[in-house]
Amino acid sequence: MLINYWPIAILIAVSTFLAVAVVVFGHLIGPRRPSERKAAPYESGMEPIGPGTRRMPVRFYLVAVLFILFDIEVIFLFPWAVNFRNLGVFGLIEMFVFIVILLVGYVYAWKKGALEWE
Amino acid sequence: MTVSELGLLNILPILILVVWACVLLLLDVFVFPKREQVTPLLSAVGLVVALIYTIPQFGQPKEAFNGMLVIDGFAVFLNVLVLISGLVAVALSYDYLNRMGMARGEYYVMMLFSISGIMLMTSAADLIVVFLALELLSIPLYILAAFGRPKMESEEAGIKYFLLGAFAGGFVLYGIALVYGATGQTGLTGIVEAASGGLENPVFLLVGAALILVGLGFKVAAVPFHMWTPDVYEGAPTSVTAFMAVGAKVGGFAALLRVFMIAFPSISVDITPVLWGLTAATLIVGNVLAVAQRNIKRLLAYSSISHAGFILMAFVTYGDASVRPEATAAVLFYMVAFAITSFGSWAVVIALEHAEDRGLELEDYAGLGRKRPALALAMAIFMFSFTGVPPTMGFAGKLYIFRAVIQGEYYGLAVLGVIVSVISAYYYLRVVVVMYMREGDPETHSEGWLNLTTAVTAVGTVVLFIFSAPLFDWAAQAVLRMF
Repeated sequence: MLINYWPIAILIAVSTFLAVAVVVFGHLIGPRRPSERKAAPYESGMEPIGPGTRRMPVRFYLVAVLFILFDIEVIFLFPWAVNFRNLGVFGLIEMFVFIVILLVGYVYAWKKGALEWE
Repeated sequence: MTVSELGLLNILPILILVVWACVLLLLDVFVFPKREQVTPLLSAVGLVVALIYTIPQFGQPKEAFNGMLVIDGFAVFLNVLVLISGLVAVALSYDYLNRMGMARGEYYVMMLFSISGIMLMTSAADLIVVFLALELLSIPLYILAAFGRPKMESEEAGIKYFLLGAFAGGFVLYGIALVYGATGQTGLTGIVEAASGGLENPVFLLVGAALILVGLGFKVAAVPFHMWTPDVYEGAPTSVTAFMAVGAKVGGFAALLRVFMIAFPSISVDITPVLWGLTAATLIVGNVLAVAQRNIKRLLAYSSISHAGFILMAFVTYGDASVRPEATAAVLFYMVAFAITSFGSWAVVIALEHAEDRGLELEDYAGLGRKRPALALAMAIFMFSFTGVPPTMGFAGKLYIFRAVIQGEYYGLAVLGVIVSVISAYYYLRVVVVMYMREGDPETHSEGWLNLTTAVTAVGTVVLFIFSAPLFDWAAQAVLRMF
């Protein structure tokens, strides 16, 4: 049974060797001529603008969390919509319960001011 | 499918809690302007109602969601324990949160969600439900651990608990996937049937079971998966720590017991040595490291690790069908003993704690015996109970655990248990010595609900010892129909 995994073991060994070899040999025999341009952070080929670490409004985080929440809600709605006829009234009620629970969270977040951008 | 086919009425207590938590969340933002006074009361009402509906469930086992949930004696016993723990936790939190300026309604809502997760965990008869319940129990706890915001330690505790908890959840999920790969089943009884019919890849089942053990080991803080415990217990608000210590342990052990005893008895030959090592490590590390602690919250954190070790001791015997009911009953009983003693000791910690983490060192307890004799007596009772000295619940709990271990013929483990109990006496009794023999003038708080909690748990620790035989019989009755 384990013999079936031989190819995977070989693949792991070869890729590990390659990864290590590239770094080690590059380090050992590669020429090193640093210049200002080379040491600068890479910003898609642009001239770097401003400092690398910038302050972000924490509101982005709230919006991101809310987005994920309702994104996942939609993901759960799709399979239900595809199987709507098979699941029938039972599925409809279950989905209703699911959405009501999420709605509670939405109303809470709204009331707490998570959606206000001040 | 109808309501009765799904068995929704059989999980009514859980439904009540979840719906009530949602309603409270909305009431909290819409109706009550001075909400921090009303929400604890209302959440306590919800817990009592759930308790009223839980107690009559004791008796004939019932199912819900086509056997994915089983409401048997084991589940009902633990649900009653968890609901009462929830009530104690609300009483414990009320004064503390007001004093520390953390009183917000969400606290109690999160607690209700977590409790419903634990209740789901105790009745989970399907690995998918185990995972969902694990998340429902854990996520509110991560939030609660960070509830002391903007205090740095509390935020650190929340993040640490969240990261390691998510990590542990990954282990459980991977384990479930491997078990499913080996057997094609996620239901516990289905796994047994598939395993008894012979498997193509028995290694997968073993690795899957081991990964589930690792994930749940994180939750119950078994060594070597305990690293988060002292930091999280210390950083989280003390009332949260008190709830977490009991709630997460009850949930984790409920899942461990049910999953391993029902689904994995066929691989017990391979799992038992691992469990043996895990148990020995937990007992030794928990007790030895506790000796060095000067901070009372860290001391109790290591103490809770060591008690996880004692519970694991009974769990080691799970492969032996003749000892299994006895061992499970012993675990249930020990969980009651641990819960009541743990809540009591945390209540005393709360009574001495001041803003900015003052009053948490061992030296701060000097002179407590003279200044607050009743409080010191209660703490002494809890420390004796943790050590396992009669006449306390801790003694009865250890008695039943050791009986199960010896019946399972794990004499080495029993000897180890006795040795670490002696070590534990050193650091538990040191608290008593500091309280009574050192001069000092500790500042304490005397608040209605807190004093009531301390008194009830202290009296309960002693009185339940007197009634330990009927309580153990109830536990034994509860696990009777489980296997």
